[in-house]
Order: sequence, then C-alpha cells, then structure tokens
Amino acid sequence: MSTTTTTQAQQIATGPEARTAVADTLAITRRNLTRLMRVPDSVVFGIIQSVMFVLLFRFVFGGAINVPGGSYVEFLMGGIFAQTVAFSCATTTVAMATDLQGGIIDRFRSLPMWRGAVLAGRTFADLGFGAITVVAMAITGLLVGWRTHSSALEIMAGFALLALFAYAFLWIGAVIGMSVKSPEVAQTAGLIWLFPLTFVSNVFVPVESMPSWLQPIAEWNPVSAVALSLRELFGNLPAGYDAGDSLPMQYPIAYSVAACLLILAVAIPLGVSRYRRAAAR
Amino acid sequence: MPAIEARGLVKVFASRSGEVRALDGVDLTVPEGTVLGLLGPNGAGKTTAVRVLTTLLTPDAGTAAVAGCDVVKAPGDVRRRIGLSGQYAAVDEYLTGRENLTMVGRLYHLGKKAAADRAAELLDRFELTDAADRQVKGYSGGMRRRLDLAGALVAHPPVLFLDEPTTGLDPRSRLGLWDVIEDLVRDGTTLLLTTQYLEEADRLADSIAVVDHGRVIARGTSDELKAQVGGERLELSVATADQVAVAAGILTGMGHGEPQSDPETRVISMRVDGGAATLMDAVRRLDGHVTVVDVALHRPTLDDVFLTLTGEATPREVEPA
Repeated sequence: MSTTTTTQAQQIATGPEARTAVADTLAITRRNLTRLMRVPDSVVFGIIQSVMFVLLFRFVFGGAINVPGGSYVEFLMGGIFAQTVAFSCATTTVAMATDLQGGIIDRFRSLPMWRGAVLAGRTFADLGFGAITVVAMAITGLLVGWRTHSSALEIMAGFALLALFAYAFLWIGAVIGMSVKSPEVAQTAGLIWLFPLTFVSNVFVPVESMPSWLQPIAEWNPVSAVALSLRELFGNLPAGYDAGDSLPMQYPIAYSVAACLLILAVAIPLGVSRYRRAAAR
Repeated sequence: MPAIEARGLVKVFASRSGEVRALDGVDLTVPEGTVLGLLGPNGAGKTTAVRVLTTLLTPDAGTAAVAGCDVVKAPGDVRRRIGLSGQYAAVDEYLTGRENLTMVGRLYHLGKKAAADRAAELLDRFELTDAADRQVKGYSGGMRRRLDLAGALVAHPPVLFLDEPTTGLDPRSRLGLWDVIEDLVRDGTTLLLTTQYLEEADRLADSIAVVDHGRVIARGTSDELKAQVGGERLELSVATADQVAVAAGILTGMGHGEPQSDPETRVISMRVDGGAATLMDAVRRLDGHVTVVDVALHRPTLDDVFLTLTGEATPREVEPA
C-alpha cells in the first residue's frame, strides 16, 4: 500500500525533486501524526464511532435484514469497512480547512518545499489514523460473529484495496478542505456528500431491494464495488448472491482499483493547484 | 544590486462591491543590509506587497526581484533566500517550540542533526529554551511571535520580511522584539518591515515608504518625512463644544492652512511657525472668548507625517455630517 502511494508522490515531483518531495512529505506527515497523538480525542472518538456502527448495525439491523444463504454480520462487515473509511475523510476536510485558516500554511508556502507535501503529509497521516479504526472494527467484528472464509493472501488483498480506497477518499476530503472558507463550513461540507454516497450502495442492503431507477446508481457507485470486493476477498458473499449484471458488479475489484486511481488522478493535481493558490484569510 | 527591487506592482482583488486595487503600481527598492519600513493604515496594501514579494501571491502586473531572483519566474529560488514572519504567528499550536523549529529546518532540507542544532541555537537566542519542550498553545503572545520569527531565521536568510511583527504585543514584548530585530540587521540582514506603528518605523527603519490605497505616497528617511510636513503644531482644547468653532475662527490665519477641529474631543490643532511666541499669542487672542483647558506645542512626529499624508486626520470633516 505504502509503495503505491510513494510511487505516486514521486511521479508528481518528477526527477531530481523526488527526494525532496519524499522528505518534505515525511516531515509534514510526522507533524500531523504528532498532532493526532497530542489531541487523542479525535482518535478515540473515531474508534468509538466505528465500533459503535458495527455493533448498531449488527444488533439493530441484523435481525431485520435477511441475507439469503448467509449471515448479516458477514454481509455487513465488507460494507461497513468501506463506509467507515469513506466517512473518515471528513476529518481530513476539517483538518485541512483548519490549517488553511491558521497562519501555518503561509509558513509552508514561503518555504522551498514540494508543493504537494502539505496535502500528501495530511493524507498519509490520516491514512495511519484510518488503519487504527479499521483494526478496531475488525476486532469488534470478530467478537460479534464475523469470520473470513478465504486465504490469507485474499484477506491481505482486501485490506490493501481498502487502504487504496481510503487514500483516494482522503484526497477528495483534502480537496474539499482546501475549497471551503472555514473549518465550520468544512464540518458540514466534509460530511454531507458522504451520506448519499455510502447509503445509495450495497453497503447495508442488497441493491435489488432499491427502486429500479436507483439500482444503476448504486451499482456504479465505487463504494458498492469496494464493499462487494471486500466481501469476495474475505469470503463473505452468501451463496448465490446476485450482485447485479452491471460491469462494476461483475468485476468489482478491477472497477474499484480503476475508480480509486481515477479519483487520485483528478484529486491530486486539483488539490495541489488549490494549495498553490490558497491564501490564508 | 538591491536586495529587494519592485517595479509597478499591481494586484487586484475581486470583491462583492467591485475591484479592490490592493497594489496600484508600487515601486520599492531596498539596498542590501538596510531596513525599509512599509508604513500604512489597515488595508493600505502592506500585507499584499509582502505576500507578492514572498511569492505567496502572483502580481497582476509589474516585476519584482528578491535577492536577485524574480518572484514570478523563480519563486523556488526566492523561497530559498527569504524568511517570512507574518501577522499571524505561523506556528503549530500542538507541537513544542523545538518541534516547530526542527520541522521548519527539515523543510529547508537541513539534515536531521543540522535542523536540531539550529533549532536549539534559535531557541537559546530567543530566550525560549525553558519553554522549548512545551506545546506552543501554552505560549504567551510574545513567545509565539519570537518563535515565529525564529522560524523565519532557520535557514539564515539574507532577506527577511516581517509583516507587522509587533501588532498585538504588550509594550514590553514589543521592546524585546525590537532588540532582536536590531541585532539581525546589525548582522547584515536586509529587512522589509510593515507596521502601523510610527514609533516602530522610526526606530527600526533606515528608510520609510508610506503606503495608502495601494500606492506609495511618500518615501524617505524618518527625518526627511518629518521635514516634509515641516513646522510645529499647536494643539489646544477648549471647555465646551460650541467654543470649538469660535476658537478655530480666531486662530485662522495664525498658522499654515485652516485649523483642524474636532467638536467631540474639543481639540483644535494647527501647523504653526514661531514656537513659544506663537503659542503665547494664540492664548492671548483666545483669552476672554473661550476657556482654554489645555494647550501644547508639538514638534513634528512621524504621526503627523502619516496623518497628513494619508488624510486620516480629516475624514470627519470630509464625511457628510
């Protein structure tokens, strides 16, 4: 996972600047991780929230939603991993907006550092934070009946895909954070788009239970593809589960990877160009 | 070659009420090793000028070179040669003072050890050693500013930009910061300083450019600017508001131009020649017509220069009542 992303950082920097880019990104990542440790509230609440979601859906919806040929908790986990990881990018939005409002961005911009380092350092640090919440959720899941039925390699591939998906979404969060006027706006702007995106998907319910006009949207939603990929890779798909005939549902892993790369290909240059122009206050 | 050279800088911001020409053709020259004070009221364009010269903003027109590097064509080279300390202390609240400076050192691509050594050196120089390993959120305003200034100095920049370095500081911290800045300049750093405080410009700057509405409206040394306003100023206050106009009427013709009066504070002031004799004469003429509560003769200060040039002293008379 980290190899993929470092390669991306190097590609943007091009040539001799690559070493600078990596060093600058590390310095900023370190700063952000230190901040996270100094204000552990956000980490703690992030963990509580994700654990709580697993428990709520497992025990509240678990009884009502019938997954033919499988158990709801196994169906749920792939989806809730994708959903939680997607939601974690709202933190990035707020953190980015907060940085922008303080004077620190002016300091960074006046330094001879790589222009993408502030964003890359932010997204790397938040990826580390996301990994902690994923571990907490996995443990919770195991405690309430989630089991994997696949090889270790497939499970690792599943978490690697989840990391790529998380990283792509963190960049969207960072771009939104660079675009809003204040951290207060970021609170809302960072969250609001995530609700339809994660709910109009196969995360919590099978797509076929939705009205027919909504089904294609849900099927082409990358969140659905990631959730389905995780279920496949963790061996959690109920026997005879019909994901749908659409391309993303037929090839969920390939589609997920392609969608994440596309998001990164758009969000990284957009974020860096916004960073260049961003003027604190 | 001057350390800072700007020609015809223009920066226009779009706003709801139309365009704001934050910079409207600014020329600046700062010879190496000298201090230029950019003096002006809020919104005059001082910060915009600094942001253009430090590559944070791209000018809409004009050219500027800092330490021989063009700010538009070679922003990276400029950044390697400057230090910037802004109006809002650009430090990370949750990092310690030492971590802040080490991070900046790393971002200047000093090695790990070099960054740590430089941080320790600066913390010592700015008397922050005791607080070095505490988080910045517990620092006082003065300590933050010192840390921010230290951050600007990490890479020994030959050209330094300080945007209102002492705004919001208590007098004691301000004096402390002035000492530090004077030390830097003695060591040969070229400094561009913006300030609203004339005292600050008077003390620190070799030459001063007065900025208003995005233009340089006067420049020179502090003495030259004071001479430009010339003469002394008679200032007196009377007992009641209705006496203000009476007093102003009597004083008209005794000095240069119309007396400036303010019914609210009941103060009348006027530029005069002739020193104490004029003062005595004025008091004699007013005697019996108005009750003079206070009277003083002021030598010109940079404040007078500033107020005269920017017209800040007169808006009350200009604005419709």
